[in-house]
Amino acid sequence: QESQASGLPEYIKIVEVGPRDGLQNEKVIVPTDIKIELINRLSRTGLPAIEVTSFVSSKWVPQMADHKEVMRGIERHPGVQYPVLTPNLQGFHSAIAAGATEVSVFGAASESFSKMNINCSIEESIEKFEEVAKSARNMNIPVRGYVSCALGCPYEGNIIPAKVAEVSKRLYSMGCYEISLGDTIGVGTPGSMKRMLEAVMKEIPLGALAVHCHDTYGQALANILTAIQMGVAVVDSSVAGLGGCPYAKGATGNVATEDVIYMLNGLGINTGVNLYTVMEAGNFICTALNKKTNSKVAQASFNTGTI
Amino acid sequence: NVVPTPVKINLINMLSETGLQVIEATSFVSPKWVPQMADHTEVMQGINKLPGISYPVLTPNLKGFQAAVAAGAKEVSIFGAASELFTKKNINCSIEESLERFDEVMTAARAASIPVRGYVSCVLGCPYEGKISAAKVAEVSKKMYSMGCYEISLGDTIGVGTPGSMKEMLTAVMKEVPVGALAVHCHDTYGQALANILVALQMGVSVVDASVAGLGGCPYARGASGNVATEDLVYMLNGLGIHTGVDLQKLMDTGTFICNALNRRTNSKVSQASCRL
Repeated sequence: QESQASGLPEYIKIVEVGPRDGLQNEKVIVPTDIKIELINRLSRTGLPAIEVTSFVSSKWVPQMADHKEVMRGIERHPGVQYPVLTPNLQGFHSAIAAGATEVSVFGAASESFSKMNINCSIEESIEKFEEVAKSARNMNIPVRGYVSCALGCPYEGNIIPAKVAEVSKRLYSMGCYEISLGDTIGVGTPGSMKRMLEAVMKEIPLGALAVHCHDTYGQALANILTAIQMGVAVVDSSVAGLGGCPYAKGATGNVATEDVIYMLNGLGINTGVNLYTVMEAGNFICTALNKKTNSKVAQASFNTGTI
Repeated sequence: NVVPTPVKINLINMLSETGLQVIEATSFVSPKWVPQMADHTEVMQGINKLPGISYPVLTPNLKGFQAAVAAGAKEVSIFGAASELFTKKNINCSIEESLERFDEVMTAARAASIPVRGYVSCVLGCPYEGKISAAKVAEVSKKMYSMGCYEISLGDTIGVGTPGSMKEMLTAVMKEVPVGALAVHCHDTYGQALANILVALQMGVSVVDASVAGLGGCPYARGASGNVATEDLVYMLNGLGIHTGVDLQKLMDTGTFICNALNRRTNSKVSQASCRL
């Protein structure tokens, strides 16, 4: 009721990227059984989508070398999606063989980033994704598209909104059901978020958009708020804010799922997620990683002294 | 950690070079209650007071006010609360009684042509009472404004607020106090500060309190953070094209200075992110 009156979505789908984006960017490599336990715990929180792993060569991403074991080892809860990254056709086939029922492809709005990250141009990467999308369509496998560097690039700096719109449109046209716009280095602010979304919304229906904000400069929640004020109803986040920023040593990366849910709860927006169980899952993985949580809500909740 | 007087003075002097127009310097309260501010007179007399910059100080009562003026203060602040229980625990009296004490300060300040800023604590929640009604915040704000405070700073003391409760609270307060006289003082204990500040700005508030390097933890949640970091706030406002007059690099340098002096890490994410070389 409260959210409706304010023009905000009534329901927001949270896509939990901790087990993949989070763990991929943590210094410590996590044993397979811990990953599986984390994902199982997250499955019980009400989260509708949990990004499980990445079917990419272990030469490039050693943290995700156990992709098959993780995919086969996790509990699959009804009503929960378990997407996996598949950068190319080979990864896609491997993912399907391991039981994946949804995949993701990662594009970028920056040529330099595309070159440095996956060693090819944006155009070449799109061609690879088209192969994946075609196979996926034949098998009725939904594909989610990511656009990195939507608000800035570690190499090129400023990224123009029109470029983000163009890449998003390519991914959407090839059949991605949802486009997740990523502020990869967290440099965005509500101003740049608004301008970027305005450009993208000319090409992609609102219902197919998601935001993936990094909190490297502390702007994530303000940026997410701006996005949901514009009608975006899908938000990516990472339990305990797992996953640092590979481009700024010591800096944080993903926004913490707990902090996002806290905000959405306060706004009267339904997510279906139990905040407390997410905090518990966060506590579990931080203990396993021997690190402090990046979630302020978790910090405040587990540290309340006697009043 | 009680910070040595010269370090405090240097901190304030560095802040004075960043473009900030208002720097809350100290508190004229008994050292028995707040030992960290025991050197209030030395600090007040030791800092460079640059023209165009205000250096308000806290004055909980007439005695503190007089000591502040004697030490050279040209602006003072008084701290009220929207929660009876918080007022009782914090200053051992009711809200009504606290306002009576403030009235004495107001009268003396008016006679000396000294502007007074009013703070209202617990506007989005209280560590003792829990939920606080927006109407109560509006009532206390109105009283303080009517008493003569030129500005009312609305404080989310334990950082529990979200854009939803911020909007509701401001809507109620703005019925009683003109938006030009309002400020927000958000704590980042639950990571909500910048989102809450954004909502306040969207509603027309144009004065925001913040603390360099996010200094100041939360006394009600051990280990949790408190004040929002000025660097992170300025970064957001820069990105929104909103003018503040503040030089972010100089601000970050000031944050680095005080964190080194305190031997602690910054609470500012902008500062953390920028220290990569």
